[in-house]
Amino acid sequence: MSVGIAEAKRERSERRRGFLLALPSFAYMVLFFAVPLVIVLVYSFATRTSTGSTALSDWNLDAYRKLGEPIVRNVVVRSVILALVTTVICLVVAYPFAWFCAHQRPTIRNLLLIAVMIPFWTNFLVRNYAWRILLSNGGPISSFTEAIGLGETNILFTKTAVVIGLVYAYLPFMILPLYASIDRLDRRLIEAGRDLYGSGSQTFRRIVLPLTMPGVIAGSILVFVPSMGAYVTPELLGGGKETLLGSYIVTQFLTARNWPVGASLSFVLMAVMLVSTIVYFRSGGKNL
Amino acid sequence: MSAAVSLRGISKLFDDVTAVDNVDLDIADGEFFALLGPSGCGKTTTLRMIAGLELPSAGSLQIFGEEVGSLPPNKRPVNTVFQNYALFPHMSVADNVAFGLRMRKVPKSEISTRVQEAISLVRMTGMEGRRPNQLSGGQQQRVALARALVNRPKVLLLDEPLAALDLKLRQEMQFELKQLQREVGITFVFVTHDQEEALALSDRIGVMNDGRLLQVGTPEEMYDAPVDRFVADFIGRSNFLKGVLESSDVVCLSNGQRINVPVVETVAVGDDVQVSLRPERVMICQLDAAPSGVTKLSGVVDTETFLGNSVVYRVALDWMTIEVETDHRPDVARHAVGEQVDVWWRDDAVAVVKP
Repeated sequence: MSVGIAEAKRERSERRRGFLLALPSFAYMVLFFAVPLVIVLVYSFATRTSTGSTALSDWNLDAYRKLGEPIVRNVVVRSVILALVTTVICLVVAYPFAWFCAHQRPTIRNLLLIAVMIPFWTNFLVRNYAWRILLSNGGPISSFTEAIGLGETNILFTKTAVVIGLVYAYLPFMILPLYASIDRLDRRLIEAGRDLYGSGSQTFRRIVLPLTMPGVIAGSILVFVPSMGAYVTPELLGGGKETLLGSYIVTQFLTARNWPVGASLSFVLMAVMLVSTIVYFRSGGKNL
Repeated sequence: MSAAVSLRGISKLFDDVTAVDNVDLDIADGEFFALLGPSGCGKTTTLRMIAGLELPSAGSLQIFGEEVGSLPPNKRPVNTVFQNYALFPHMSVADNVAFGLRMRKVPKSEISTRVQEAISLVRMTGMEGRRPNQLSGGQQQRVALARALVNRPKVLLLDEPLAALDLKLRQEMQFELKQLQREVGITFVFVTHDQEEALALSDRIGVMNDGRLLQVGTPEEMYDAPVDRFVADFIGRSNFLKGVLESSDVVCLSNGQRINVPVVETVAVGDDVQVSLRPERVMICQLDAAPSGVTKLSGVVDTETFLGNSVVYRVALDWMTIEVETDHRPDVARHAVGEQVDVWWRDDAVAVVKP
C-alpha cells in the first residue's frame, strides 16, 4: 500500500519536473508564435478604412472574399508552381547525394553532412547577393558560357534565377531527412530484392523508395513550405518582376496598406501548410 | 551428371584481407550441405558468392554446369534465406512471398496459386495479410523460407537460418527444415557456426577456418575421422596427443610410447602429427586392469565431474592430461580423485590429424 503511494508521489513529481523543463520554450512559443498568430487572425477580420488605416471594428469576411479574385489566384498558382519545381529539383538532386553520403565511411559521411550545412553559417541575404553576382550579365557564369562558345547567359531576374536561388537555399532541408531515412534502410532488404529476381531499378521502385518515403515526404514539406512563402530570393534574384505570394503579402501590408487582406492571405497560407503537415504526421510519417 | 554447385579455386579478397582462400567444393544435387565454421571464417562470404551478392576475386563458380561467377543475383537460379530473414517490412506476408514471382512476370493466376502453396507448405495459412512485424521469430523464419521456395530455385541458400531463434524453437525448426528439404527435394546449402545443428541436419559438412575449406565429409566422417586438428576440435570435444608419424599406421607419442593408428594418408611419414582421441572413446579402469592388445596409459585421477548421464574424469599423466567421459551407471563404482588408474582405447578409436 505505502509502496503504491510512494510510487504515485514520485510519478507526480516527475511529471511536474517535466513541465518545469518545458516551461521556457512553451512560454516562448506562446509569446512569439501563438499570440502574433492570433493577432494576424484578428486583423484578417478587421476593416480597411478609406485612409488606409485598419479599423478594429465592423468585423467582416471581406478580406477572405478578396482571396477568390483572379489576381490573387494567379499569384497563388504561380507560387505553387514555383514551389513545386523547386521541390522536385531538390528531390532529384538530393536523393543521390543522400544515398552516396549514407554509404560512406563515418568520417567522410560527417564531412559531407557538415559541407551541406556550411551555407547556413553565412547570412541569408549575403548568399542571395552572392548569387546575384554569379548570375549577373557579364558575371562569372555568363563569362564562362561565353568562353566555351555558348554565348552570354542572362539568367538574373528570371524565374530560372529564382528557382536556382530557392533550390540552393533549401537543398539541405531535403538532404537531411532523406539521409536519415536512407541511413536507416536495412541494406539486406536490397540484397533480398536482388536475390528475388528484382533488377536494380525494380528493387529501387518496389523496396527502396517505399521504405524511404517518410524522408521524401518530410524533405518535400520542408522545401515546399518555405518556397511557397519565399520573399527575399524572388525579390533579389527575380527582380520582383512576377509577384509571388511572399511579395504580394508584403505589398498588402506596406504599399497597399490593406492589412486585412495581407493578414487573411498569411493566415490561409499558414493554415494550409499546417493542415498538410499534420495530415502527413498522422498518416504515419515519423521522420523529423 | 554435373554438381548442383561447383566451386573451383574460389577466392575473395576485401581490400587486402583474404576472406575466402582458394576453395574447391562440389555440392551434389538434392544434397543438404552445411558450411560450418567460427564467425569470420569465410563461410558467409562463400554463400554470398554463390548467391551473387559478392563477386569472387578469383576462381570459377558453376551452378548445374553453368558459369555464374559474374552474374548479378537476379540472374541466378538460387534464392537465399537471409540471417534475420530480411522480410520486406512494408509488405504483407502474401506480398513478400509473391515478390520473386512478380519480378519474373509470372502470370497473376499462377502467382496466387503458387503463393498459397508455398504458404501452406510452411504452415502459415491464414497469416497472409499480416505484416512481418506482427509475426514471431519462428513465423518470420517460415515466411522467409516460403518467399525463397516459391520461386522453385535450383539451390536454396540459408545464412544462419536458425541463429535468431531461441533454443527450443531452434530444435523444432531444425526438424522442420530437414522435413521440408526432403519434401521439396531442392539442394540446400546452409551456413552455421553451430556444430550440433550441422551434424543433425546435413548430408555432408564442410568445415572452414581462416578462409580455407579444411575438410568435407558426412557428419560421421567429420566426427570419427577428422584430418585436421581444427576440425576435430570444432566438431565435438577431443584430447590431442602430440607425436610423430613413424609409418603409415604408427605414431610415436611425445612420451616415447609407440601406438597403432588407422592407416593415415593425409600426412607424410616423418611429419609432426596430433592424435585426436574423443573423451567418450577412452576407457578408464583400475591400474593394470586394461585388456590386452589395446593402447594404454597410466595416470592419476585429477578431477571427477558428474554430469547426470555421464561422468567426466581428468586423468593426469606425467606428460599431459587426458579427459575421459564414461556413462554414468549407479551399479558401476566411480574412481576417486587421486586414484591410480589406466586409460586405454582400441586402435581404431583415434584419428591422426594435422597439428
